[in-house]
Amino acid sequence: MTLITPALAGKSAAETVRAGLTRRERDTAGLVMSALLLLATLFTLLILATVLARLIGEAGPYLGDRGTAFITDSIGSDPDEIGIWPGVYGSALLAMAVVVLAIPMGIAAALYLEEYAITKNRLNQFILVNIRNLAGVPAVIFGVLGFIIFVKWLEPMTAGKSVIAAGLTMSVLVLPIVVITSMEAIRAVPQGLRDGGYGVGGSRWEVTRDHVLPYAAPGILTGTMLSLARALGEAAPLIIVGAVTGLLPETSLTGKFTALPILIFNWSGKAQPPGSEHSFSQAAAATGVVLLVLVLFFNAAAIVLRNRFERRRVGT
Amino acid sequence: MPGLTESGSTMLTLTDLQGGSKQRNRDRLMRFLFQGAAITTIVISLMIVFVLFRGAFDFLRLIGWDLGKLSDSGWFPRRERFDLRTILWGSVVMGVVAMLVAVPLGLGVAIFLSEYASPRARRVIKPVIEVLAGIPSVIVGYFVIRFIAPEIVGPIFNPTSQFNMLAAGLGIGVLVIPIMASVSEDALASVPQSLREASYGIGARKINTVFRIVVPAAISGLVAAFIIAVSRAIGETMVAVMAGGFDGAGQFDGWGPTAKGLTMTSAMTNAVGGSDQDIGGASFEVLYFVGALLFTITLLLNLVGNRIVNRIREQY
Repeated sequence: MTLITPALAGKSAAETVRAGLTRRERDTAGLVMSALLLLATLFTLLILATVLARLIGEAGPYLGDRGTAFITDSIGSDPDEIGIWPGVYGSALLAMAVVVLAIPMGIAAALYLEEYAITKNRLNQFILVNIRNLAGVPAVIFGVLGFIIFVKWLEPMTAGKSVIAAGLTMSVLVLPIVVITSMEAIRAVPQGLRDGGYGVGGSRWEVTRDHVLPYAAPGILTGTMLSLARALGEAAPLIIVGAVTGLLPETSLTGKFTALPILIFNWSGKAQPPGSEHSFSQAAAATGVVLLVLVLFFNAAAIVLRNRFERRRVGT
Repeated sequence: MPGLTESGSTMLTLTDLQGGSKQRNRDRLMRFLFQGAAITTIVISLMIVFVLFRGAFDFLRLIGWDLGKLSDSGWFPRRERFDLRTILWGSVVMGVVAMLVAVPLGLGVAIFLSEYASPRARRVIKPVIEVLAGIPSVIVGYFVIRFIAPEIVGPIFNPTSQFNMLAAGLGIGVLVIPIMASVSEDALASVPQSLREASYGIGARKINTVFRIVVPAAISGLVAAFIIAVSRAIGETMVAVMAGGFDGAGQFDGWGPTAKGLTMTSAMTNAVGGSDQDIGGASFEVLYFVGALLFTITLLLNLVGNRIVNRIREQY
């Protein structure tokens, strides 16, 4: 009879545990599930790749034939000769309106909510809830708002269905995005930076200007880029505000206007006119490439800035 | 402290700590401006409600409160026949199809990124999904017209109309995947790491940890992601307009997904029509009525979704 000493018992127990932990049992359900999840992710990436491949595949040869004339020509009725200049002009002015109006205002509102409205009273709570909901309001609804306020009520200032009215509408549309992303950036500023500012006698505005804003700038810039990308890509509110979907030979500040997404909307399903070498859908794809380059540029800039911002924050 | 009192000038009073009057005035001015910007967002919401419901009221007055006109065999704005069933059913079908695409893919991407992917894979995949989020809806509309409708839906389902609710719904689904993915991923990421460790600690496998611990813990956030995605799908406009199959008006085409369909949003853009028709008839004013309906539905969804998201934020 072997004597079971405590040392021996401990050894055998350790072996049992070790065996239990290292035993390789096939985990079929686990493998299937991780394969499915990977598949869902790859399929999503495949969709993106197909969208891009289709667009570029159809746009490439057309852009090759047309060259820069496609950018600088005016909108006509022959797909061999049409250009997108009025659309470029319209989209550029929309982006400018967002930069001039929505971004300063959005940052100001975010500063108020994060730096000034520290007491969580009813009004401040309501403003917060309201902004979150405003961000979820469908874009067409903003179109209706813009149509009534900027096209009809403020006609003396905006000249009715003009790019000015459209720019104001887009600014209202992206305002909640600017506010929400700016708030997140401001919230990430370490409290110590503010305390340091107040400690040397700064007023709230001085601390905000010299301590909070410089630190939050990259994050705020991210929101700016995202809002620009959004403003460039939206079409529905522009249709409601009265963007021209047909021919538009000229560009003007107070007259008829259009924008790049409207051109894609208009040309995508249009039949190829007889005798034309190219089709309208090729022109739509080419416009899509131009729009996508712009939108992705702003989006990529936003992502790069955010990553840099996050890395720096880890360091502090 | 007699010494200090005697010297007089070294005594610090409250006025000394308040800063100069110039500094204080500047601070007050900036506070006023920032608060103004924040309150503007409330004004925007109030204007939306005012514009939509006043217009909806005008519309009902124009049709003489004859609610029978809201139920017919189809959507014929020019003939003052506004069959709500047509546009509501269109929104429902396209929304359901979109969610059938977006839920498995968006959720799959979210779980994969949050629980399975290596940090390196995450760093690559996440920005790519964000690129998908940045693709303008008109480009997806083009993609549906040129690819999904003729090459996927057409050969498989052989629909009577090349453009139909199924094709448009799939396109809307592609647009909604990123929202579903990002809100779900936030929900999963907010589950405390200790829950996962406890699960592994008692010997649970990965699949059990993820699906019995992490997903149930994040369930309210996932529900919120679903609700917010539904609200987006219903509010999406351009894809429904471009690929829904209806050209502004038409007979109710059937209950099945391969029938042509009109959504609330596409009914709105069609009411405006991009033409210079004289404004004021019921065929135009229906824009506000449908807008009010759409706004109410999406607002309710967003309120519920945001409330859930906020509760999670407080919880963890």
